[in-house]
Amino acid sequence: MANSLVFLVETKLLKLHTFAIKVLLLLPTLEQFNWLLRTLSLIKYKFFMTLKKNILALRQKKAIVEKGGGDKAIEKQVAMGKMTARDRILALLDVDSFHEYDLFVEHEERNFGMASKELAGDGVITGTGTINGAPICIYAQDFTVMGGSLGLKHARKITKIMDHALRMKVPCIGINDSGGARIQEGISALAGYGEIFYRNTMSSGVIPQISVILGPCAGGAVYSPALTDFVFVVENISKMFITGPNVIETVLGEKISQEDLGGARVHAEITGNAHFYALSEMECFDQIKELISLIPHSNQQKAVSVEPKEPKSLKNIENIIPADPKQPYDVREVIHALTDDSKFLEIHELWAANIVIGFGRLNGETIGFVANQPMYLAGVLDCDASDKAARFILYCDAFNIPIVTLEDMPGYLPGVDQEHAGVIRHGAKMLYAYSEATVPKITVILRKAYGGGYIAMNSRHLGADFMFAWPGAEIAVMGPEGAANIIFRKEIMEAEDEDAMRQQKVQEYIEKFANPFVAASKGYIDAVIEPSETRELLLHALEVSKNKDDHRPAKKHGIPPF
Amino acid sequence: MQTEKPEYVDFAVTARKYKTLLTKKYKNRKQWVNPSPYDIQSIIPGTILSVFVKEGDVVEEGAPLLILEAMKMQNRIEMPFTARIKKIYVEVGVRIPRETLMIELEALDNE
Repeated sequence: MANSLVFLVETKLLKLHTFAIKVLLLLPTLEQFNWLLRTLSLIKYKFFMTLKKNILALRQKKAIVEKGGGDKAIEKQVAMGKMTARDRILALLDVDSFHEYDLFVEHEERNFGMASKELAGDGVITGTGTINGAPICIYAQDFTVMGGSLGLKHARKITKIMDHALRMKVPCIGINDSGGARIQEGISALAGYGEIFYRNTMSSGVIPQISVILGPCAGGAVYSPALTDFVFVVENISKMFITGPNVIETVLGEKISQEDLGGARVHAEITGNAHFYALSEMECFDQIKELISLIPHSNQQKAVSVEPKEPKSLKNIENIIPADPKQPYDVREVIHALTDDSKFLEIHELWAANIVIGFGRLNGETIGFVANQPMYLAGVLDCDASDKAARFILYCDAFNIPIVTLEDMPGYLPGVDQEHAGVIRHGAKMLYAYSEATVPKITVILRKAYGGGYIAMNSRHLGADFMFAWPGAEIAVMGPEGAANIIFRKEIMEAEDEDAMRQQKVQEYIEKFANPFVAASKGYIDAVIEPSETRELLLHALEVSKNKDDHRPAKKHGIPPF
Repeated sequence: MQTEKPEYVDFAVTARKYKTLLTKKYKNRKQWVNPSPYDIQSIIPGTILSVFVKEGDVVEEGAPLLILEAMKMQNRIEMPFTARIKKIYVEVGVRIPRETLMIELEALDNE
């Protein structure tokens, strides 16, 4: 009797336990666990009422933190023409895809009156979501919370989501809007920055890292974006500098506005720190979405391919390039005539405009394009152009994106400023990047290919897989005028009419050497092709290169001339 | 970018001139000027703390000319070679930018 009673009680308890465990799976926090134990003896009705109460409490707690710095601070943010951190994330990600973590993280600083300060989410929102259906990790600094200043916990939220991105092999997007280090936290804030930089470096070449500058980003903070792959800026909103106008004026007496020192346009056009420039935050988000659709989401994947499309052929490819090598044209028209649907996403559009880089698709697959731009500075190579192209080539190689090089350049930019700015070591970056890349590398020489620039622009000698040249290509050791002046110096000097003789000799040189056939006779060019055949040959070359297997000697890493 | 017809300029690369556009950065580049050894210029922006010489002085190589404070560091500017001070362009307390002519020298004519 006693035994059966115990058995009955035990069965009842077991049932209750099973029920409790089921609930536990839904609400696995300690608080609720304790509460569950306490209410095990209560009836069902009361149980659900209290659960509801807890849900309501959670919702309230969340609502407070989601307000960030509060209504006044949000008003200020909007008055500056800026969106709030949360609105930015929601605008960038697919609808209803954002999931936030670490909402209730709090800072631990006790000095300088910080103990009583509650900072919503410690000034940064972190989470995961999708863009065009692709999963990504994201964080956004919240300027309404103590100026988005970076303290240790703020930084740890960022490093946590960065670690997550690296493990899950998904892109990591950081939205920067911060006054800088939280001075009250002292060197703990510096530690925070350092931990972010370390992760930026570890993730480099493994997952795409994107920085969006939507507010101030000053001092040490600038180095996280600088270490990432793509930096987006927006006119009137982005400001980046190491030392701001105040410090510069106090120390050096130089007066300059924030905008002129490190505004969006400056970084897009002068410094090259920014890769994409937009006039509004929404335009900027559209650019990010387009980029994400074009790049692989880790170094172990290929970019998602889409339905192949023919170019819209806005212009007949044969009529784009003037026959006179001295006349300019826009090389992007050639790219548009080659790519699927004539689409091309240009990177660094304003900086070093004498070389064009960006992504387009061929047969539905993402391709990296590098092209000299005769419309600007005659398409010469210089410090900035080499820097720009070299880093892009490294990016393509790291993420398995084949590279198509379109060449039409007269040589390196002459000048004291260039030599003193280090055109030797900057130019070397390009040789290094092309030589080191093992992705399929295809070059089409459109017109001029002279001297050292010919070697640098993915020549056969640096390991190009396919070298094509249009019939008007001039592949020569230097421009015909220069070459004739040296080779026929004596004849020209001794002639009665020096100019006439020079003209004659230049003409002779052009006929004999300024063509693609000398290089073709040596096998440096694989095929001389008609412009209209270019797309078909590129598609074929890429098809053939699909299983390219190229090895480099084992090493820890090379020592590029950065 | 394609709406207006761009105004191309002549741009010389080696022996040939190309029609092209110039970038803002190229237009703003600094022209190279060969520096004269007789011009003592500031190598860093800063403030003049003291001047040790007067116009007309003959100063020995290595002697201090002035102190230029920059980035919390007091830089002692020394005489590059023995010569006469022709003109002093700065005074104590003045804040100057980089590459400002501070002192002009002239050769000693009795040699």
